[in-house]
Amino acid sequence: MTGKKFDYFIKGEKGNWEVIIGLEVHAQVLSKSKLFSSSPTKFGAEPNSQVSLVDCAFPGMLPVINQFCIEQSVKTGLGLKAKINLDSVFDRKNYFYADLPQGYQISQYKNPIVGEGEVILDMSYGTRKIGIERLHLEQDAGKSIHDMDPDNTFVDLNRSGVALMEIVSKPDLRSPDEVNAYIRKLRSIMRYLETCDGNMQEGSLRADVNVSVRKVGEKKFGTRCEIKNVNSIKFMQMAIEYEARRQVELLEDNKQIDQETRLYDTKKNTTRSMRSKEDAHDYRYFPDPDLLPLNLKQSLIDKLKKKLPELPDEKKERFIKEHNLSYYEANILVSEKEISNYYEEVIKGCDKKLASNWITGELFAVLNKKNLSISQSPVSAKNLSTLIKMIISGKISGKIAKDVFEKMQDNDKDPQQIVDKEGLTQESNPKEIEKIISQALSKNKDKVTQYKSGKEKLFGYFVGEVMKISKGKANPQLVNEILKVKLK
Amino acid sequence: MSNISDFTLTKLVAGIKKKDFTSQEVTESFISSSEKSKKLNTYITQCFDKAINTAKNFDKKKDYKGLLAGVPIAVKDLFCTKNVKTTAGSKILHNFVPTYESTVTNNLWSEGSFLLGKLNCDEFAMGSSNETSFFGNVTNPFGDKLVPGGSSGGSASAVAANLTPATIGTDTGGSIRQPASFTGTVGLKPTYGRCSRWGIVAFASSLDQAGPMTKNVEDCALLLQAMSGYDSKDSTSVDRKVDNYSSKLTEKVKGLKIGIPKEYRVENMPNEIDKLWKRGIDYLKDAGAVIKNISLPHTKYALPTYYIVAPAEASSNLARYDGVKYGHRSKGNNLFEMYENTRSEGFGDEVKRRILIGTYVLSSGYYDAYYLKAQKVRQLIKNDFDKAFNDIDAILTPSTPSAAFKMGDKKDDPVSMYLNDIFTVPINLAGLPAISVPAGYDKNDLPLGLQLIGKAFDEQTILNLSLAIEKRANFKIKLKAWWS
Repeated sequence: MTGKKFDYFIKGEKGNWEVIIGLEVHAQVLSKSKLFSSSPTKFGAEPNSQVSLVDCAFPGMLPVINQFCIEQSVKTGLGLKAKINLDSVFDRKNYFYADLPQGYQISQYKNPIVGEGEVILDMSYGTRKIGIERLHLEQDAGKSIHDMDPDNTFVDLNRSGVALMEIVSKPDLRSPDEVNAYIRKLRSIMRYLETCDGNMQEGSLRADVNVSVRKVGEKKFGTRCEIKNVNSIKFMQMAIEYEARRQVELLEDNKQIDQETRLYDTKKNTTRSMRSKEDAHDYRYFPDPDLLPLNLKQSLIDKLKKKLPELPDEKKERFIKEHNLSYYEANILVSEKEISNYYEEVIKGCDKKLASNWITGELFAVLNKKNLSISQSPVSAKNLSTLIKMIISGKISGKIAKDVFEKMQDNDKDPQQIVDKEGLTQESNPKEIEKIISQALSKNKDKVTQYKSGKEKLFGYFVGEVMKISKGKANPQLVNEILKVKLK
Repeated sequence: MSNISDFTLTKLVAGIKKKDFTSQEVTESFISSSEKSKKLNTYITQCFDKAINTAKNFDKKKDYKGLLAGVPIAVKDLFCTKNVKTTAGSKILHNFVPTYESTVTNNLWSEGSFLLGKLNCDEFAMGSSNETSFFGNVTNPFGDKLVPGGSSGGSASAVAANLTPATIGTDTGGSIRQPASFTGTVGLKPTYGRCSRWGIVAFASSLDQAGPMTKNVEDCALLLQAMSGYDSKDSTSVDRKVDNYSSKLTEKVKGLKIGIPKEYRVENMPNEIDKLWKRGIDYLKDAGAVIKNISLPHTKYALPTYYIVAPAEASSNLARYDGVKYGHRSKGNNLFEMYENTRSEGFGDEVKRRILIGTYVLSSGYYDAYYLKAQKVRQLIKNDFDKAFNDIDAILTPSTPSAAFKMGDKKDDPVSMYLNDIFTVPINLAGLPAISVPAGYDKNDLPLGLQLIGKAFDEQTILNLSLAIEKRANFKIKLKAWWS
């Protein structure tokens, strides 16, 4: 920890304002079929090619709950350290729209499947615990396409009926940075659990943002506005910043905030009113009579709990305790499931600290430079592991290793082969090293004299000369030892 | 040999098996009587050509399998039938042809039956007189200008007039039992969950149940057996073995305890209904049953409760008829105008009335006072029955507070129309099985029915008791086919 302090406040003319943020994240359940039908859920399919009679609400069609989606949301709930409700209810949320074939969305209103939980954020100023209010399951709607024809709207029902988890946070977030960390952490947890792929571009993760402001020190929450469906973290942050400033300006002008739903305009970076509280839909929620209340057995929860993978927070603890990694390193290594998988592959039979250094140092530098994710890494975990093992065994020096690493990036080459082919194996035979040292010393007789007359700084120069002659292959430790004897 | 179309379902199945007559002969007989029945307006869609072809193919088979082998059946136009227009009696679905077959009709076809046609009904099964159908009123064969009851009015008239050997209807608040009572036929509403709702145009999901409508109790047992069963496509369907109702059917009901609920003796009930009820009690006593007076104290709340719960569910169930995907679509300058025009033109008055009531009772600010309270009262009504059934095996009541009435009599007075279901509605709210069995005539020679209510999944007992009544009442439909 750096000892930094939280410092995100909106500076108004009349003092500092605190920003209060709550998120409603819609996470698409990772499942092969929809929440109440057996239609596939693959992204990017031909429009209306993944639609069953249930999804387009033909007369007499009935929903049947997809048990896998239930288990996925229970797992997510467990990952959020949340209370799993053994009894929950599916309700109908009634409204008319062309891409809502039933005329209602099946959702959970008063009795969600998952109750209160928490997400831990690691901020530069310390750890923040963000409360989860609830997680409920609901159906996604279809998609209305307005720009394909001047007179008609087209409807694609591929998404209609796809399972979503709506994860509602408590109003515990205080800055765009915390929102960023929260979404990333949530996404990371769900990716570890394999319950949501978290792909924001494909719409698998979307969020509505609730923003209000209050004077620093004030206890009461201000009136909030909801910003709908912002589909990237960056836009979310910009929208919050804009919206908070707008509210502060209004309040400092002694004007009121209207509780309303607002839309974020990505081009203008502003939010504008979509509908006021008075215009809000009356969704006429009531329990869906086509579905029985959902009753889960404790044994199912226990079974899922047992099968739960190690999650980032626990993994981090273990890396710090058992692998002697720093808090900072551990945090980076667990931030994404793919990174921790990579690390855990590399450390098989290998030094952990060194592996961590290589991953967070050399490898990340390359990934950053080439703008690649770890799953696209040009060097596989297996080959990096081999490279590190060669350093530990003394077969190559750390310096040579860096050159080899450079060459490995071309098509994930095997470091063993590079070393063998180019004869880069470290010279660790004392007799051979003695020969090279003699060579180096006889080339620099004047400097040897100077050294012997007290200019001991020259020791490093001799080492360099020896390494130069050996093309870097001489074992530096042995060079040091033998050189010291020779120069006596 | 008398006319084949006079035969009961059971006789027809047996006759075909014994080769007394062929499936084709049977089918032709019902087609012939149906073709002469235009005045009754029972059919919305006739599938006669296809039925004849199916019958011909059936007759070529070596052995006849199935409970309903070789017998054609016309069904209420609320069951989705593959490649056959399914309208629910509404303009909004006047052109709708499903690509799928309802589970219940499919069960019938699996037992060797095939489709004769689709029968008229109240629009979306909302009505008690079959006067709300977009396809016109159905006439009761017991008298011109007489309603057949509703909503399964076309079905009831078709059975009474020998236009189909038997039929299936749906019952949300009495839609099988009330028309059965009005037409001198037998109609049974099974326990909620006994028959699959998959593929049936929904009215009120927590109340809807399909059931048999037949000429006698024996047929009723047979048809119930054929149509029942668990269906994984309906989450409210119950996974429970179907009884062999036919083979277990017996009029031996000695020692069974029958409850007579005092709350069903309503004000202004015609004397004849009271007399019929007493006669029913005597029949059952004669059969050795023990009569017990019982109380179902929340009965008077059943009708208002029903008219909150059913419209609430209907308002949501009918939201899908919006002109976007199938069925009738009106023009409009934008989406919402199109919705408004489609639904204004597509739905009739009664359906609109119930959508409005349902929307109102679910609205924020009214939900607790109406919908939530109704759900609580519904539970109390259920509890009444549960308590009563601790001491008794079945309950006997009249099926309806009156005999069939004249068309137009109640059409403009919804409340008096709704009161017609006063004896049938509580049973749907409780999810229990109940049957209406014809037990006599009133002074105008109009049939009257008695209702037997059973414990959940104990259809057998009410079938047996009905058989005991049927034998003693010696009820016969004596009708000249004045309509043909």
